[in-house]
Amino acid sequence: MLHIEDLHVKVGDKEVLHDINLHIDDGETHVLLGPNGSGKTTLLMTIMGFSNYTITEGKIIFKGEDVTKIKAHERAKRGIGMLFQRPPTISGLKLGKMLTAISKSKEENIPELAKSVHMDKFLERDINKGFSGGEIKRSEVLQLMIQNPDFIMLDEPESGVDLENISLIGTAIGSLLEKDKYLIKRKKSGLVITHTGYILDYLDADKGHVMCDGEIKCHGNPREILKDIKQRGYKECLECRHQ
Amino acid sequence: MPSPVNVPELSKADQDRVTQVGMDLTLKNRCGSYLQMDQDIVQAECSQQGIEVLSFKKAMEKYDGMKEYTWQAVSPEKDDITRYVAAQKDPKGYVIIAHKGSNNILPIQACLYLGREQIQHVHNIIIAEEGAELHIISGCTSGAHVGKGGAHYGISEFFVKKDAKISFTMIHNWSENIEVYPRSASIVEDNGVFLSNYVCMHPVKKIQMYPTATLKGTNSVARFSSVVISTPGSYMDIGSRAILEGKGASAELITRAITKGGTIISRGHINGKTAGTRGHLECKGLILNDGLIYAIPEIEGSVVGTELSHEAAVGKLARDEIEYLMSRGLDEDEATATIIRGFLDVKIAGLPEALQRQIDSSIDVAEKAGF
Repeated sequence: MLHIEDLHVKVGDKEVLHDINLHIDDGETHVLLGPNGSGKTTLLMTIMGFSNYTITEGKIIFKGEDVTKIKAHERAKRGIGMLFQRPPTISGLKLGKMLTAISKSKEENIPELAKSVHMDKFLERDINKGFSGGEIKRSEVLQLMIQNPDFIMLDEPESGVDLENISLIGTAIGSLLEKDKYLIKRKKSGLVITHTGYILDYLDADKGHVMCDGEIKCHGNPREILKDIKQRGYKECLECRHQ
Repeated sequence: MPSPVNVPELSKADQDRVTQVGMDLTLKNRCGSYLQMDQDIVQAECSQQGIEVLSFKKAMEKYDGMKEYTWQAVSPEKDDITRYVAAQKDPKGYVIIAHKGSNNILPIQACLYLGREQIQHVHNIIIAEEGAELHIISGCTSGAHVGKGGAHYGISEFFVKKDAKISFTMIHNWSENIEVYPRSASIVEDNGVFLSNYVCMHPVKKIQMYPTATLKGTNSVARFSSVVISTPGSYMDIGSRAILEGKGASAELITRAITKGGTIISRGHINGKTAGTRGHLECKGLILNDGLIYAIPEIEGSVVGTELSHEAAVGKLARDEIEYLMSRGLDEDEATATIIRGFLDVKIAGLPEALQRQIDSSIDVAEKAGF
């Protein structure tokens, strides 16, 4: 699904990602762990194609096609989608109008989908204006449900969300990633940033990666890595794993 | 229902322009209609019981000069425009009276079309008597191919009596060589509501207007909304003012302005003269191409107990907002248009749905043309 090779990324004049290599197969969900400021969100924004993130070396291959130089909307059309941790507020633009614009000619039942994530009363509200943490995430999930991407990046889907909402969001994301299908039939892939690991209860992740100082330092079983980090913190965890 | 308007001299292109400013030539969704082409009054009628649509001249004859209203909200000595109109021996324009307790579910339309004349002048008087509710859509336009240019001078005086309501939705679609000088004022009595909506999405040489609502009555309300786009060569000096005199009076002045290279002077003034009054003024501007948006919000309070606020912001489209929509699959132009459409989407509390749809439709036309 996604193959990243020797990727270097600058934001402004500063290189923030160094020599990133990552391979995610069809149907796999990977978890990206790392301390704040380590470059996790930068990697997701780069894969999505945001213009502030300049690729200086390396390439991003998606479904066998080099998408390194194409714009965000072209990547979205090819099947890349993202749940944002802090999406912008857009004054005046109603959530319902945005969903209609995203759905284009697809015959989605927007009110029905909105109801399934308890967002039916928000369709006439400005996007993200005055939304709580849980409402922002439910709005993001709803947009992804309509977009229906093949590869979904999730930037801290549980941050700012209460336990009840985590269950709702987790279940919806699990469904987007086809976790309800047999492994062999699962085609959708994901890359999840999480600090708490709560979301993993719904996603059944396959591999974990730890990012520090703009580099992916190690790989392994996501739950084991998370357990180590929780017990020893990032510094000790990495030292241990590098031994 | 009044008879459909027969305007054979209008080309298809001009009929489209008339329709774009909200005129329904079939009159299926209108209870009354006034149509003035240059200085010729083509139609002035209303089928709604309790509401009259008259030419200015006929109203003066019928109601003995309407001394209680004529030049009572706008001073004839205000400026050169008012003096010019006041000096006319054969004044044109309309008088709409919603008599006590009347209510029009379907709006009345008033169309002022400028074709050949150098100057089109009108003097309009709009009255909602006690307990009446009156909704008007006013479409002002010029021929698609007005060569030599021209000017529109329009005096409008509104009187909202006790417990009455007027909504006045004005849509402009002029041409690059037309100058427009509306001079409007309203007087609102106890519990009266005055809603004024203005939309101009098309080129114009110059517009200058600063409608004023004087809220004399207890708990009287005024809401102004303006949505404008200024293209290169257009000069728009627009504004609105509310004077809060009655106890509990409140006003809201909202402007959304976009320059694509033209000039917009966006004025606003709320004067709180009495305790217990409230006012809010909001001007948001987007600069899409180098031009000018000059926002001048003024709030003036002179007594303890008046609460006034203002909010003004001028800027460009935010890159992160555009890319957020692009990450959902919209290309850059679609994302930009979607954000602009949202920016212009001002919902006016108390406005009938049909008129809100008309405003939305005017903006939709501009959106389809790529703003």
